[in-house]
Amino acid sequence: MGVILEKFPKAAKALPGGSVALTTADAFIGWSRKYSLWPVQFGLACCAIEMMAAYAARFDFDRMGVIPRASPRQADVMLIAGTVVKKMAEPVIRLYHQMPEPRFVVSMGSCANCGGPYYDSYSVVKGVDRLIPVDVYIAGCPPRPESLLYAVVKLQEKILKMKLAKGAGATPQQETGARNINA
Amino acid sequence: MTNTAGSRGGRFDQLFVNLGPQHPSTHGVLRVGLTLEGEVIVKAEPDIGYLHRGSCKLAETRGYHQCVVLTDRWDYVSAMPNNLAFCLAAERLMGLEIPARARHLRVVMCELNRIASHLLFLGTYGIDLGAFTPFLHAFREREMILDLYEMLCGARLTYNYIRIGGVMSDITQEWAAKTREFLGFFKPRMREYDDLLSFNPIFLARTEEVGLIDARQAVAWGLSGPNLRGSGVSYDVRKADPYSSYERFDFDVPLGKRGSCWDRYYCRALEMRQSVRIVEQALDGLPAGDIAAKGVSKTPKPPPGEAYAHVEASRGDLGIYLASDGGAAPFRLHARAPSFINLAILQEMLVGRKVADVVAILGSIDIVLGEADR
Repeated sequence: MGVILEKFPKAAKALPGGSVALTTADAFIGWSRKYSLWPVQFGLACCAIEMMAAYAARFDFDRMGVIPRASPRQADVMLIAGTVVKKMAEPVIRLYHQMPEPRFVVSMGSCANCGGPYYDSYSVVKGVDRLIPVDVYIAGCPPRPESLLYAVVKLQEKILKMKLAKGAGATPQQETGARNINA
Repeated sequence: MTNTAGSRGGRFDQLFVNLGPQHPSTHGVLRVGLTLEGEVIVKAEPDIGYLHRGSCKLAETRGYHQCVVLTDRWDYVSAMPNNLAFCLAAERLMGLEIPARARHLRVVMCELNRIASHLLFLGTYGIDLGAFTPFLHAFREREMILDLYEMLCGARLTYNYIRIGGVMSDITQEWAAKTREFLGFFKPRMREYDDLLSFNPIFLARTEEVGLIDARQAVAWGLSGPNLRGSGVSYDVRKADPYSSYERFDFDVPLGKRGSCWDRYYCRALEMRQSVRIVEQALDGLPAGDIAAKGVSKTPKPPPGEAYAHVEASRGDLGIYLASDGGAAPFRLHARAPSFINLAILQEMLVGRKVADVVAILGSIDIVLGEADR
């Protein structure tokens, strides 16, 4: 908003209620974005079964505009549903970078949050946030499908707060997330 | 990835294609390295380990009761038989006698879980071959079973219900009534799946002549469960080496004829019918009494020795080997996971098939990578 006012002070003032113009654009873009969150079809472990349950008839993820995509290139959000082990760390990072911006990550379940029951295992990454930036964490082992729906609602709230003027893509800070999987 | 067909006197150059680890129909994080000549597979290498969590090693640092939690997360589609296999091995090590009521309750839970697991297979196999509707139908019924479990022990997937010495809690009248209600609802549904999927001409065309395993091959590769029975070999741990009072129940072991993808699929469909029969019998003849053996320590220290127990899990013969050195944690835990062993045959089955059949064959083996990698 501020950027526009500095660059085009006259244009903004000429509009009736000129300062509203960009917030409306933000609201419109946020609104359209939040109802078409397409996740990568990407299940890792037990949580993937609950994720499938969320797509099925009872919980019906589709009504929130969440439709799984087979390719990361068509996806907006990555649901990390399950344990990330060290062998899988590389593909997870690669898939994340294959997604177009703006991209979001939901860490589903204790394993993806912090290692969960495998907190002392030699082969498990202790939280996917050591690899890629995470927007929403869901607790549980595994979380119920309702929790996943709630996480999407929270992500939608977050998307609505995104401002064009501040840059809607991933921030540089997000790009250089910690990569030390052995820590 | 350019195909240079015809550049060598009409022959195709070889092309290496990675299937997975992220692929919509690998049922988890399996990677298969395929070497292709045109559309025909000349070499297939399954690569596992993308879900290796080291649970067998972790068990050496956990107490016996805590290990049950780890077993839940092997075959997360049907966790009850995992619990049972571990508990049977631990009980053998400790020399415990299990009350009849607990044994029957274990059978009820394992068979319900087999139905839930096969329903998931049915739904996802349909998706693999382009039929989305059966998935929604199968998950509707699966949710009902998960509701029953939730009522029983509070968890939908990872139950930790079968404990060393017995089970966690007794069932209520209400639970038994709900279960009977579900079985009444479920029986006519199986006919619906047959109409929707099993005898669908498109489905038959994609599965009937695909992925043939003859009986000799199936035995040689050590297959078990519906993959083995699909080839016509009658081996079921529940019949061959009965555990947990299975010898008291009357049920058949469905067999396939030719070992095709469809045979393996239909074996599972028929097994669900048998599981319904077992659950009904177990609920009817549920003996009174305790639900757990008395005097099980909270930190058991079994005498030094070793024990092996195996059960017919939803995917095949799941065996647990436990060794104790007299300490509070197992000295060694090893699992003979059916998914791991069933997976190996892929390298032989896929050779000579077209790329389009890979998903049909892979789906019909019904692997769970949590169990294959542990």
